[in-house]
Amino acid sequence: MKYLQEICPVLKKKRLTAAAYDVTVAAPQMAALAKTGQFAQIRCEGFSLRRPISICDMDPQKGTLRFVFEVRGEGTAWMATVEEGETLDILGPLGRGFEITDGAKRAVFVGGGIGTPPLLSGARVYGKNATVILGFRTADAVILADDFEKAGARVMLSTDDGTAGHPGMVTDLLLERLGQGPCDVIYACGPKPMLKAVAGLALERGIPCKVSLEERMACGVGACLGCACKTKTPKGGERYAQVCKNGPVFDAKEVVW
Amino acid sequence: MADLRVNLCGVELKNPVIGASGTFGYGREYNEFFPVSRMGGVSCKGTTLEERMGNPPPRVAETPAGMLNAVGLQNPGVKRFILEGIPWLKKQGTAVIANVAGSSVDDYREIVEILSDTDVDMIEVNISCPNVKAGGVQFGTTCAGAQEVTRAVRGVSRKPLMIKLTPNVTDIAEIAAAVEAEGADCVSLINTLLGMRIDIHTRRPVLHNNTGGLSGPAVLPVAVRMVWQVASRVKIPVVGMGGIAKWQDAVEMMLAGASAVQIGAANFTDPFTPVKVLEGLEQYLDDNGIERVGDIVGKVKPW
Repeated sequence: MKYLQEICPVLKKKRLTAAAYDVTVAAPQMAALAKTGQFAQIRCEGFSLRRPISICDMDPQKGTLRFVFEVRGEGTAWMATVEEGETLDILGPLGRGFEITDGAKRAVFVGGGIGTPPLLSGARVYGKNATVILGFRTADAVILADDFEKAGARVMLSTDDGTAGHPGMVTDLLLERLGQGPCDVIYACGPKPMLKAVAGLALERGIPCKVSLEERMACGVGACLGCACKTKTPKGGERYAQVCKNGPVFDAKEVVW
Repeated sequence: MADLRVNLCGVELKNPVIGASGTFGYGREYNEFFPVSRMGGVSCKGTTLEERMGNPPPRVAETPAGMLNAVGLQNPGVKRFILEGIPWLKKQGTAVIANVAGSSVDDYREIVEILSDTDVDMIEVNISCPNVKAGGVQFGTTCAGAQEVTRAVRGVSRKPLMIKLTPNVTDIAEIAAAVEAEGADCVSLINTLLGMRIDIHTRRPVLHNNTGGLSGPAVLPVAVRMVWQVASRVKIPVVGMGGIAKWQDAVEMMLAGASAVQIGAANFTDPFTPVKVLEGLEQYLDDNGIERVGDIVGKVKPW
């Protein structure tokens, strides 16, 4: 796997919610290689550690990558200050993404909050065969619902406070969807408790389930072992896998929750 | 063009820039950015006799001008290091430095004995890992402990030995002198400084291990000071590390007395740091009419 570093001009920047930003950069080499569910390490001026941000979308023809990120701390706060015409120093594409096997299958995508972006390019492959279940805290925090609809997917929305869509959890909607018809595969990204619940439902029904995890990261390429996720070994033991290199996407059965 | 070669206790390095243990894996990942043959050497991820899982996450945290880590010596054990780590790296044309840790003197003796029969060029003995209960730092913080480990490994090693020292002591030069007296071929310093960060909202330490090792630009002045103190005290070569992020930092470290340097946390900020340091160092030597990189070692002019 070849890793690339590009100094990427910001072509488009939009604030989506109070905390979330939508940034498209020119990154011709990385855009040609990027796969659904991979991420990039973005350098933040004045900080030692790059910030791992999932790739929301890629356009190999235009040579662009799209990132949707939320301001969570000082690094992402700096990223939010970078304007159109300025540049970002980006390493990527990194990690093992979602295996998007067959668009003819019926896929369910489950995204929680800022875990939603890396699912977009995958949902597009499945188009009308994709059901996208999105969960947010409140109506004002909803992101990308329109983009998923444009990708041809059926979108089911939930919010914790009931201000948009179903009042409650994504797992309510997942159960509803699974009750309506067959599902061949589930892809999920979001907070760990959500992933655990989704993985549990998938496991009970024998549906293959892939989850994208996040962890504090340093090198981003598997050299420092700074990002760890406990997984099961083939021999029945446990080990720490590296989220950056072995993931960020894992088979839900592999993860020790 | 200046001569960048360095002879480090009998091992010829093509240049003085070494990837620091724990930040550079076994070299493979960074070889995807640039050929690791550019490096003078690679100090491999710390190896123990048996496989170690490492600490639960989170293992890393940002700090002002640096980072904390508490990886906890995750490694596949010495057998797999020999099978999976050494052969590939040895073929790349860079000096291969094994880095070893143990929880007892016997561990250190056994692992050094095993590695003496391999193709590694040198063994770095880590008596300074702050992140595991039995990662050697209990030996590294006293002269007696440091001497005991050095004596044990000296007795069995057929490779040059580099003892890696912890800065979490009152007088690091005293420890360096103690390991020199037991036959260490060189010393490397500094390992990380013990630190801690707390999430003010959850009131939890950011690292699951509660404490971790501080590295990055924040520690550079501490490292330069310690390298200077140690180089002034011992006759064996000193390998300097701690916060080197640009070529000027490497020059500073060498002026303080380092014969070679290791680059660690800066690889995370910019994976091309070693290459940039090398290019800058070479330019500095040429601009100043210095023929050999060794000519700047220890050439600080203290007031």
